[in-house]
Amino acid sequence: MEKIIQFSSKTVVLAVNDIDTDQIIPARYLTVTTKDGLGEGLFADWRFDESGEKVEEFPLNQEKSSGCSILVAGSNFGCGSSREHAPWALVDYGFKAILSTSFADIFKNNALKNGLLPLSISKEFHRMLIENEGTEITISLEKMTIESSNGMTETFDLEPFSRYCLMNGVDQLGFIMKHEDQINAFENKG
Amino acid sequence: MVLQETEETPAILYIDLHLIHEVTTPQAFQSLRDQGFSVRDPNKVLATMDHSTPTLPVKSLRDLDIVAEKGPADQIRDMIRNCEEFGIELHGFDSDKRGIVHVIGPELGATQPGKTIVCGDSHTSTHGAFGALAFGIGTTEVGHVLASQCLLQRKPRTLAVNMNGALKSGVSAKDIILRIIQKLGVDGGVGHVIEYRGSTASILSLEERMTICNMSIEAGARAGMFAPDDKTFNYLIDKPMSPKGLAWDQAVEKWSTLVSDDNCEFDKEIDIDVDHLSPMITYGTNPGMAIQIDDIVPESNSDLGYKKSLNYMQIEAGRPLLGKEIDVVFIGSCTNSRISDLEDAAEILQGQKVANGIRALIVPGSQAVKKEAESLGLDKIFESAGAEWRESGCSMCLGMNGDTVGNGQLAVSTSNRNFEGRQGKGARTILASPKTAAASAIAGSVEDPRKYS
Ligand code: SF4
Repeated sequence: MEKIIQFSSKTVVLAVNDIDTDQIIPARYLTVTTKDGLGEGLFADWRFDESGEKVEEFPLNQEKSSGCSILVAGSNFGCGSSREHAPWALVDYGFKAILSTSFADIFKNNALKNGLLPLSISKEFHRMLIENEGTEITISLEKMTIESSNGMTETFDLEPFSRYCLMNGVDQLGFIMKHEDQINAFENKG
Repeated sequence: MVLQETEETPAILYIDLHLIHEVTTPQAFQSLRDQGFSVRDPNKVLATMDHSTPTLPVKSLRDLDIVAEKGPADQIRDMIRNCEEFGIELHGFDSDKRGIVHVIGPELGATQPGKTIVCGDSHTSTHGAFGALAFGIGTTEVGHVLASQCLLQRKPRTLAVNMNGALKSGVSAKDIILRIIQKLGVDGGVGHVIEYRGSTASILSLEERMTICNMSIEAGARAGMFAPDDKTFNYLIDKPMSPKGLAWDQAVEKWSTLVSDDNCEFDKEIDIDVDHLSPMITYGTNPGMAIQIDDIVPESNSDLGYKKSLNYMQIEAGRPLLGKEIDVVFIGSCTNSRISDLEDAAEILQGQKVANGIRALIVPGSQAVKKEAESLGLDKIFESAGAEWRESGCSMCLGMNGDTVGNGQLAVSTSNRNFEGRQGKGARTILASPKTAAASAIAGSVEDPRKYS
């Protein structure tokens, strides 16, 4: 896994609360056995109309969002199904971070295991980002800050173990496997 | 618990039962292969096929290509191959134990009080009805559990839902949970495990408790649970995987201690008045957007997306939903596909006809439920009413297997999610109990089941 220390991007804004994982990637894209190419299904029913044409006013379809790797979304992002296809699709499309006032638990967990940062930010900072789409921001995992080009700085919390794994590019399973003796002991205890 | 959590690292939690299905496991098995891991304990894995599995009869794998599209068929073949390769027993097409993963766990007695249970599926919360700690995980974590039988976890917060009173005729457990989600909101439970308590808790059957725990996730909660009691033990006593003989007595003794202390404090509490509860239905595109069946749809609030949601549903604020014409009725899913749910529907459909032009699809939660329903003659009641009766599976709950609600069609569904397009591209969903769904099938429009009780 790639190490994540710091990166910058302009933002794209999706100002909708409770975006569920069925919207992030509809179920008909889940009949796959690999992670490849899921970006194609990202927000499929919002990005494309019935005839498969791009919906022009949808934020991700606009010229100015091209190359953006940071998505700003409404509260409770990623609610619903546990499908990890949701973060896979977001990553495959090119996103590295989602900023919101809150996230659903399973989505947050899944995102962190795929190098996608689900960062909870204050209502004020969130409002500023919603009102100023395209703000250039820099996220630092080292400093735990989000700096915006208009001079505002926001700090965020991140579960320390996930942060460690992301910054060092290591897989979480390694930590469990290091405790095999304890797992054996636990099993033998019955 | 293998290892306690510290500030730097989460706890390593031992998993007693791992449920798997075909949609959220292929990439996990592949990662085991890539890293050279085996499955640590295949006996702790319960494998079935439900999500993309056809509900039309499949006698042999050759039939699969006739009734299923290529994607789902390939996924099912992949599941069969993976289970063979890693030594896991799969309840496939030829097994009479096959069914929706959250229906068969309890039915087989694999779900037991005090167990830690996970599945790559958010409705794993269902199993909390037995006093198990059960929650959904992602595919990466499915890989962790397959390889190590363990999962990394932080301690959750606690939420008490105090339910008091008894259900009135025509009102069901589904209405209780829709009321709870309406009250908590779809994010009110985030970071929490719910304990359902109060005078109602002990009156509810295990099937009703499962319906309630099932939708804990729709309030954002990690898990939901009821304290185990005599009803729990009576449910489990003759199940195939339950302990037997002396082991049973010891288990019951241990399980009986799994109750919260009388004076324990919860991080959050809400109260639900069950005595005065009416049937509930949803009007929007998340399960929290619910009303009593005879109420009007609330005027738009300031929520981002509220208008978008009503536009999608083609539902107007300020108007009632009762009497609104529908196209489809779906009775099934891990929320409401057990025998008592089907009996509820049959009681209303008996001697009645599904309204002209309405498609009514009734899908049992497991092959065992199907068999039991048929032995009670419920299939005959459904078919003579004009409803379709199928093999078990998730079916129209998420529309992966070809059973979908058409574009723009409106469905009354006993499933758990009314998200945009959940039941098929462009499908619109009203969530309700099996009783409300059955009454609506007869009327051809949203109907109050109390008319039939
Ligand atoms: S019935 Fe629906 S909610 Fe339940 S496991 Fe299947 S797809 Fe998920």
